[in-house]
Amino acid sequence: MKRIEVIKAIAKRDGLIICNLGLPSRELYHLNDKPSYFYMLGSMGMASSIGLGLAIAQKKRVYAIDGDGSLLMNLGSLTTIAHHAPHNYCLIIINNESYGSTGNQPTLTAQKTDLEKIARGAGISHVRTVENIQELQDTLDHHREEPLVVIAKTDTFSADVPHIPLLPRFIKKRFLNEVAKG
Amino acid sequence: MNPAIDDEILNILLEEGINLICSVPCIMLAGVLKKLDNTSLTHIPVTREEEGVGIAAGISLGGGKPALIMQNSGLGNSINALLSLTKLYGLPLPLIISQRGGKGEKVLAQMPMGKATTNLLKAARIDYVRIKKREDFIKMRKMIRKAFGNNRVTAIILLRKLWDEAH
Repeated sequence: MKRIEVIKAIAKRDGLIICNLGLPSRELYHLNDKPSYFYMLGSMGMASSIGLGLAIAQKKRVYAIDGDGSLLMNLGSLTTIAHHAPHNYCLIIINNESYGSTGNQPTLTAQKTDLEKIARGAGISHVRTVENIQELQDTLDHHREEPLVVIAKTDTFSADVPHIPLLPRFIKKRFLNEVAKG
Repeated sequence: MNPAIDDEILNILLEEGINLICSVPCIMLAGVLKKLDNTSLTHIPVTREEEGVGIAAGISLGGGKPALIMQNSGLGNSINALLSLTKLYGLPLPLIISQRGGKGEKVLAQMPMGKATTNLLKAARIDYVRIKKREDFIKMRKMIRKAFGNNRVTAIILLRKLWDEAH
């Protein structure tokens, strides 16, 4: 499946989204821009951590969309998630086995590295690998009581989408307003 | 090191309304960190300082008031996220930094970051104060208020002599 299809399936759900920088955020913006989306513009590696903080600070469901290359920059985050993530937290790692925003250089998940095993080894009990949209939707539908980590296997395809024309402080301001609505 | 100083630091954090602390350990802050879990503050020990910057950003986006406690070596581990996340979006974050690598430092490896710390903060345009004695604690409060009042990253650098001289 394509990453943009995964993002589309997540965007249809009710909740707040923290979206990884580069092409994933651009694809999300292109699909349908909403105040409940926090587009990362920098700080590669931080998606899972921002999502964790957000899930702790408020009660709405949080979908953090991370990438395999980005998560590899912040693997310790999985251990913190295992011990501190509340049940409203869902981390979706899009595994396209490449650094898609910088020219598709291969990541090590294309070789021996198994993110599902790493997440389990970090102490996270609910970890699923999904290979198609139906599996993704079923997994997210059944997410209730505990924090969930989903590894979505995609191909390296990136949609041809423009840059996000929003200013960072505007993204933050409307996101804060959305959270405050309760 | 000096329990009265540890208590005073904790009281300031509580009185300034901070409700979540991310931390990476430092021997100077061991007393503060030990007492944290007996307060109303939520404490999340993180694996690396940059991770704490990310979690703190999420806390702010969710309406909370975070702080990050770390050694000055951690500034080097977190500077990209501090700038391209916290600063870029105008999120508030007070950094509570213990200063290693100063006068009397016994660990040679602490010296390079010790010497570079304030210059790094200046280059990153992060306002800071250095807390050397009890009387300086008012500056710590002001710096925390500046972070939340102006949606900025600010740094409070705690020097070793703060604990030594207060006996």
